[in-house]
Amino acid sequence: MKHTVPFALLRRTFFAAAVSTVLAVPALAADNVKIGLLSTLSGPGAGLGIDIRDGFQLAVKLNGGKLGGLPAEVIVADDQASPDVGRQTADRLVKRDKVDFMTGVVFSNVMLAVGAPTFAAKTFYISANAGPSQYAGAQCNPYFFSASWQNDNQHEAVGKTVADKGFKRVALIAPNYPAGKDALAGFKRFYTGGEIVSESYTPLNLLDYGAELSKLRAAKPDAVYIFLPGGLGINFIKQFVGAGLSKDMTLFGPGFSGDEDVIKAVGNPMLGMFNTSQWAHDLDNAANKKFVAAFEKEYGRLPTLYASQGYDAAQLIGAAVRDSKGKLDDKAAVHKALKAAKFDSVRGSFKFNSNQFPIQDYYLRVITQDSKGRVTNRTLGTVFKNHGDAYAADCKMPGL
Amino acid sequence: MTGILFLEQALNGLQFGLMLFLLAAGLTLVFGIMDMINLAHGSLYMVGAYLVAAATTASGSFWIGLGAGIVGAAVFGVLLELTVLRRLYTRDHLSQVLGTFAILLMCNEAVRFIWGSQPVLLSPPDSLAGPVELLSGFYYPAYRLLIIGVGLVVALGLWGLITRTRIGMQLRAGASNREMALAMGVPVRALFTALFGLGAALCAVAGGLLGPLLAVQVGMGESILILAFVVIVIGGIGSVRGALLGALLVGVVDTAGRTLIPLLFGAVLGPAAADNAGPAVASILIYVLMAAVLFFKPRGLFPAHG
Repeated sequence: MKHTVPFALLRRTFFAAAVSTVLAVPALAADNVKIGLLSTLSGPGAGLGIDIRDGFQLAVKLNGGKLGGLPAEVIVADDQASPDVGRQTADRLVKRDKVDFMTGVVFSNVMLAVGAPTFAAKTFYISANAGPSQYAGAQCNPYFFSASWQNDNQHEAVGKTVADKGFKRVALIAPNYPAGKDALAGFKRFYTGGEIVSESYTPLNLLDYGAELSKLRAAKPDAVYIFLPGGLGINFIKQFVGAGLSKDMTLFGPGFSGDEDVIKAVGNPMLGMFNTSQWAHDLDNAANKKFVAAFEKEYGRLPTLYASQGYDAAQLIGAAVRDSKGKLDDKAAVHKALKAAKFDSVRGSFKFNSNQFPIQDYYLRVITQDSKGRVTNRTLGTVFKNHGDAYAADCKMPGL
Repeated sequence: MTGILFLEQALNGLQFGLMLFLLAAGLTLVFGIMDMINLAHGSLYMVGAYLVAAATTASGSFWIGLGAGIVGAAVFGVLLELTVLRRLYTRDHLSQVLGTFAILLMCNEAVRFIWGSQPVLLSPPDSLAGPVELLSGFYYPAYRLLIIGVGLVVALGLWGLITRTRIGMQLRAGASNREMALAMGVPVRALFTALFGLGAALCAVAGGLLGPLLAVQVGMGESILILAFVVIVIGGIGSVRGALLGALLVGVVDTAGRTLIPLLFGAVLGPAAADNAGPAVASILIYVLMAAVLFFKPRGLFPAHG
C-alpha cells in the first residue's frame, strides 16, 4: 500500500488542474437558483425555523417566485436541531442537489457541523440566524455571510441596557451550548458597574426550570437576564411568573426571547419585559412596512425577528444573483455581490464588516399593549449605532 | 434563605417523583405480572398528553380536557392491549422489545402526522397560573401544588386498590407467582386488559398535568420512559410500593442534584467550573443511585417475586 499516498497526491493534483481548467472557462448564467433551506422544523425550536422558512418564502413569493431575476427553487429540510442530522442533510444538499446557496440553520451547534461540508463544496452559506463566534473570528470563512447578527450582539445590547438602567445585582441563565456561552460573554462585555450574582448553564433540552427558579429566589437579584430560545424561553417565563418571581426582579432578554412567538404562547405575563434587537416590526422604513404587512396578510400573525432574518437572507441572495448577472459558478463575482449587499434590508441600513458579519443598529424594545389592544413589542430607542462584533479583529479572511 | 431553597427543592422533587410514579406504577405491574417489557409505555404518556391538549383546545376548559384525555388514553391502552400486546406475552423478551419499540415509533409518527412536529401548547388554568404563599415570604407555584395533590390522591387510591381490594389481591398474586395465580383461577386475561387501561389512564394523568409545565411534543415519552425504568428497577419489579419509593427517590435526587451539586462545586471549584460540571454530575447521580441500590439489593428495594 506504499504507493497510495503519492498516487492520491497525483490524483488530487490532476483534479485540481482539471477543476481550474473548468473555472477558466467564462461562467455561464444559470437558468435557475437553487437554495438549500436547512432549518429546525421539529421539536422545541421548531417555531424559530418555521419563521425563518416563512420569511424566506415570502420574499420569494413577493418576487414572483424569482430571486435576482432567476426562478428560485427552495429545497426545505429539517435538521431536527441535531448537529448529526444537520451535517448529513447539508452534505446531501450541496453534493446531490448541488444547491447554489445554503441558509436557514437556527442553532449554532448545528451551524458548526453544517459549515464544514458546505464550505468544502464552495457553496455560499447565508446565515438567517446562527452567528457563532468561531465563524466571526479565527475560523472566519469567505463562504459564510451572516444576514442576522453575531451571537454576542443582542446580548451586548441587553448588557448595556441593564447597566444603563442601574441594576446592581443580575442573575444570568443560558443553555449549555456554544451560543449560550457566546451570549453570556456578550452580556458581560457591556454590563459594568454591577455584580453578577449567579450564572447558570442549563441543559439545552431543559423544560422544567424549578431548580433554577429556586436558585433565583435564594440569590435575590434585582434583574434576571435569560438567553433561552424558543420553547425554552416560553417555559421559563411561564414558570417564572407562576413562581411569583416577577414581582421581585425585572426580566430582560435578547430580542428573540421577547418576540411575537413567545408573546403568543405566554400572553399577558410578558408585559413590561425589556429586550433588544436589530429589528422590530414597528421600525419606520418602507421595506419593513411592506414586509410586515405582507407577512401578516400571508400568515395571519406578526413576524418575529427570525422571519425578518429569513426574509433578508432571501433578499441578500437575490441581490447577489442579480449583481453577479446570474453567473453563479463565478464564485468571485457572487462573493463580491454578496459583500456589497445592495438591497433594502427590513432592519434599515447595514453593511458587512471585514468578517462578513453585519455592522448595524440595535434597538431597545418593551412588551406593551398596542393601540389595538394586542400584547406586542414597542421600540423605545437605539442602544448601539453601527455596532460590529468583538471577534472581527481575529478574522484573517482567507481567499476563496 | 437556604431553608426556603431546600423546602422548594423538596417540593419540586416530590412533584416530579409523584408524576414518575404514575408512569412507573403501570409499567411495573405489567413487567411484574406478565413478565412483559413494554417500551411503548412512554407512548401512552405522549398520546395522553396530546389527547388532553386537543380536548382542552376543543372544549376551552383544562379540566374537561384533562378528563376527556384520560378516558381517551385508557381506551387507547385497552385497544393496544387487545390488538397487539397480548400476542407478545408468550414471546421472549427480545420479541417484546422489538414489538413494543415498533409501536413506539409508530405512535411518534402518527402523532407527528395528526398534530404536526411543532410542540402543542397547553397552559395551566388561569386560576392556577400564579404563586401561593405557603409560609410568610415563601411563594410556590399553585399549579405545582395541584400536581402534588393529584399525585398524592392517585397514589393513595392505587395503594388502596392494590392492598385493599379483591382485584388488587389478584394483581399481587399474579405479580408474585403467575403460574400459581392462574392455577387458582385468577382471570388473568381480563385483568390484564383492565390493568392496561388503568396504566394508560395514569400515563395520561401524568402527561396532561406535566404538559403545561413542560411541552407536549413528539418523543416526549422516551426521555421519561428511561427514568420510569430506573424507578422500577430501584423499587423492585412488580411492586407498587417499590415504584412509589423509587419514584420519590429519583425525583428528589434529580431535583436536589441540579441545585445542590452546582452550589457544592461552586464553593470548592469556583462558579465557572461548577456551571460546567454541576449539571453533568447531577444527571449521572440517578444512575449512581441505581447502581448503589442494585449493589446492595440486586432485586430492588421491594421485590414482588419471593
